[in-house]
Amino acid sequence: MSEHIVPVRVYVTIFLVLLVGTLLTVMAAFYDFPGRLNTIVAMTIATTKATFVVLYFMHVRYSIRLVWVIVASALFWMAIMFALTFSDYWTRDWMRVGY
Amino acid sequence: MADVMNSHATTSGTHGHRALQHHFENMEQQREAGTLGMWVFLVTEIMFFGGMFLAYTLYRSKYPAAFASASNHLDITLGALNTGVLILSSFTMAMAVYFTQVGKRRPQIFCLIATLILGLTFLGVKAKEYHDKYEDRLIPGYLIPGAPFGPAVQKEGEPPDHHKLHLLPGATVEQVQMFYWIYFAMTGMHALHMIIGAGLLTFLLIFSIKGRFDPEYHSPVEVIGLYWHFVDIVWIFLFPLLYLLGRHFEHG
Repeated sequence: MSEHIVPVRVYVTIFLVLLVGTLLTVMAAFYDFPGRLNTIVAMTIATTKATFVVLYFMHVRYSIRLVWVIVASALFWMAIMFALTFSDYWTRDWMRVGY
Repeated sequence: MADVMNSHATTSGTHGHRALQHHFENMEQQREAGTLGMWVFLVTEIMFFGGMFLAYTLYRSKYPAAFASASNHLDITLGALNTGVLILSSFTMAMAVYFTQVGKRRPQIFCLIATLILGLTFLGVKAKEYHDKYEDRLIPGYLIPGAPFGPAVQKEGEPPDHHKLHLLPGATVEQVQMFYWIYFAMTGMHALHMIIGAGLLTFLLIFSIKGRFDPEYHSPVEVIGLYWHFVDIVWIFLFPLLYLLGRHFEHG
């Protein structure tokens, strides 16, 4: 069998990383960053946590290529959905046509 | 074709496993096909929740003051506690998969029970939060008969009351209601996924106790694990977006 068994210490490490990430994001929320940086910091931490979950808890790092393609496709279509929607909503003021 | 036919006759190696379905060559192919299928399903789930994240982003950019006011009314302590509970449950789920892969049934069953209890703990805390929102009349629209949306608003000079809605300049109660539609749609769909997940875990537990899984055959544990981690990821994004980001509007 070619199945990769992730060692326990990797799971424990990822678990600790996720706990630290949660702690950081709560601490960051009580600290005022300039401008929109609070949102950017929170989303960076959340994306990092999610990436660790996908790669290790969900074994994608050790999965066949086709799984990588499917995961990437989700991000790709999500990006299309956000990009097209906001290219409309966030540019309406530019033309002064209102909401 | 002859090889495929023969593979059913032989009882050596993985070919003769009782869980092997006739349309697969061997256990490895069957396992990979199952994982792949689950990922395709999860992509549809990502797109489903993605639509709600889109609605959140859109209305937050439209009503920043109202979203900050409403977000400040949520209980960060309970939200953070639930984040920790869910992360721990993801860890015990990953360990359940690990113990199945190495064929240790007792720790595997223990991990499944732990995951189930943690999942139910999350739902219990969520129910408490929903009840708090109900008492503060923050359930949107007329979803609750006899208690339509209508929070008490904190007025200038009144002593602070955490049951009252503190509106930031520029926010209206109607806009706050929009936040709560999105809050209940997103956390409600998330909670529904948790309830389904708890059901799936119960199924895994029964079949584990019956001894159905072994190092050769454990796709159900792996695949339900993928689902559980996905639900965890949704919460990883929901927690900062709903509970934390409201705190900074006043400072720009």
